[in-house]
Amino acid sequence: MTKITRAPLFLLLLILFMVSLPFVPLLLWSMSEQWFYPGILPQKFGLRAWHYVFSTTGEQIVNGLSASFAVALATSLTSLLLGIPAGRVLGLYNFRWKRTISLILLLPIVVPPLSTSMGLHFWFLQLGLTETFVGVVLVHLTFCLPYTIFVLWGVFSDFNPDFEAQARSLGATPLQTLLQVTLPMILPGVTVAALFSFLLSWSQYLCTLIIGGGKILTLPILLFSLMDAGDRPVASAVSLVFIIPVVLVLLASAHNLGRHGFKGIR
Amino acid sequence: MIREKKTGRGHLAQNKNQAAPPLNLFFLLGPALMVVTILFGGGLIIGFLQALGYQPATGITTLSLQHFITVVSAPDFRVSIGLTLYIALTSTLIAAIISICLALSIHRWAANNRLIHFILQVPLAAPHLVIGISMIFLIAPSGLIARLSSHLLGTETQSTFPVLVNDTWSIGIILVYIWKEIPFITLMLLAVLKNMGEELLEVGATLKATPVQRFRFITLPILRPSLYASCCIVFAFTFGAFEIPYLLGQSYPLTLPVWAYRNFSDIDLLARPEGIGIGLIIAAIVIFSVLLAERLLSHTWQDR
Repeated sequence: MTKITRAPLFLLLLILFMVSLPFVPLLLWSMSEQWFYPGILPQKFGLRAWHYVFSTTGEQIVNGLSASFAVALATSLTSLLLGIPAGRVLGLYNFRWKRTISLILLLPIVVPPLSTSMGLHFWFLQLGLTETFVGVVLVHLTFCLPYTIFVLWGVFSDFNPDFEAQARSLGATPLQTLLQVTLPMILPGVTVAALFSFLLSWSQYLCTLIIGGGKILTLPILLFSLMDAGDRPVASAVSLVFIIPVVLVLLASAHNLGRHGFKGIR
Repeated sequence: MIREKKTGRGHLAQNKNQAAPPLNLFFLLGPALMVVTILFGGGLIIGFLQALGYQPATGITTLSLQHFITVVSAPDFRVSIGLTLYIALTSTLIAAIISICLALSIHRWAANNRLIHFILQVPLAAPHLVIGISMIFLIAPSGLIARLSSHLLGTETQSTFPVLVNDTWSIGIILVYIWKEIPFITLMLLAVLKNMGEELLEVGATLKATPVQRFRFITLPILRPSLYASCCIVFAFTFGAFEIPYLLGQSYPLTLPVWAYRNFSDIDLLARPEGIGIGLIIAAIVIFSVLLAERLLSHTWQDR
């Protein structure tokens, strides 16, 4: 009997341990001032790295944070704007070529950005889009938009348009129907789509580097140069800053998804 | 119970069977599809032209397959594709085996534990880069695990600790991928297990099938399409990913993506078409593996 009740707890602890393991050295390093080899814990704890990250000397990092945030925000908002109508059509209707179209949308999610951004670089160069904010957002859209459409497709296949028809028949204007019927119904799914496309853009490294050409310095690009410089405490602190939105997004989506589960994510 | 679920979805499926008004298709789906096709298709096509030798800047505009031939016949290509395949296949295989065990255990003991489902989403969403960095701090010869082991064994292990980062066997890279991909496969399998119901297993039990037989002949065949499909996706991803082998790989041989970028960013502009060519070869392999996954999933999709 005890075995049955203890198994879930054991499983939970095992999963928790494995998942949190990589964050242990990051936390320790970010708070260390001196940590020579055989020591299991830093010889001297301190907040030098954290001060550096948020002080003026580390201005680059705050700038990187805002660059990453701006790119990810612009990418996910554009994805939503284009993706909501597309997701609606795919979720509610059947039509010829639907399978082909779903494949066209699936490929950019799995084909590595490396393959497309090397070609896009040449084209963006001609258009004057390299080393610009717009160029980087466009290259992120290549995979964030299809991804958003896929999540919204799932959202709309559980959406019943009869509610809209009823609102209209009761005299609601199209705008009222949109704002008071459609939006509240799809909002949880739309939020999740936006959050995860934000994350997808937030974690990109190589395509930002290829198109941004070192001018658009997002957090991942700074992280790589910090690792090259060998400053472990600062690299750890920035890694943890980098992961904060991930945790926030997961908490928000867990809240939003509620009983619906995680269907359609990724 | 399975029947019930299907009819439960039925009423939604009714209005899904509507044919789409053509104007809707054009104005609602059109813009998104156009942006994706232009950016994705454009990137591939322009890349392909460059890989064929189209380079207006240097005055070379004749097209030939020369760059592809150079790349494919280079001795490094075979080494590089071998390494990339090794990393992708090994991490997919190990992740798949652990995922089957994990999914079955979660389904058996904690099917409705939302905390476990939440924790499993952390690796799914965590950026690869961060995990790569922490993996260095964990398993490098001066890393946390080496420190712990030297403490527990009471001897100096820095020189004897196995090299797990930038190593011949790419252990560090594979560990990062396993950590990242197990939750993905596990969640895919759990979704299937949830919809499977207990009836078939009960029938198996009444027919005196042992637990192993029930797993082998009932559970596994039901899991198979999702398992294969998620493995193809994991393989495709690990095959084309750049950051982790760049951070944790050896300086020679390079994985295909790292080699592609090295060529692309070479000061010698003539190396660029070769880099793009490698990128397209990666894309082709990835697309092939995804088409395979789609094939494998197709009958489960029709089911819905």
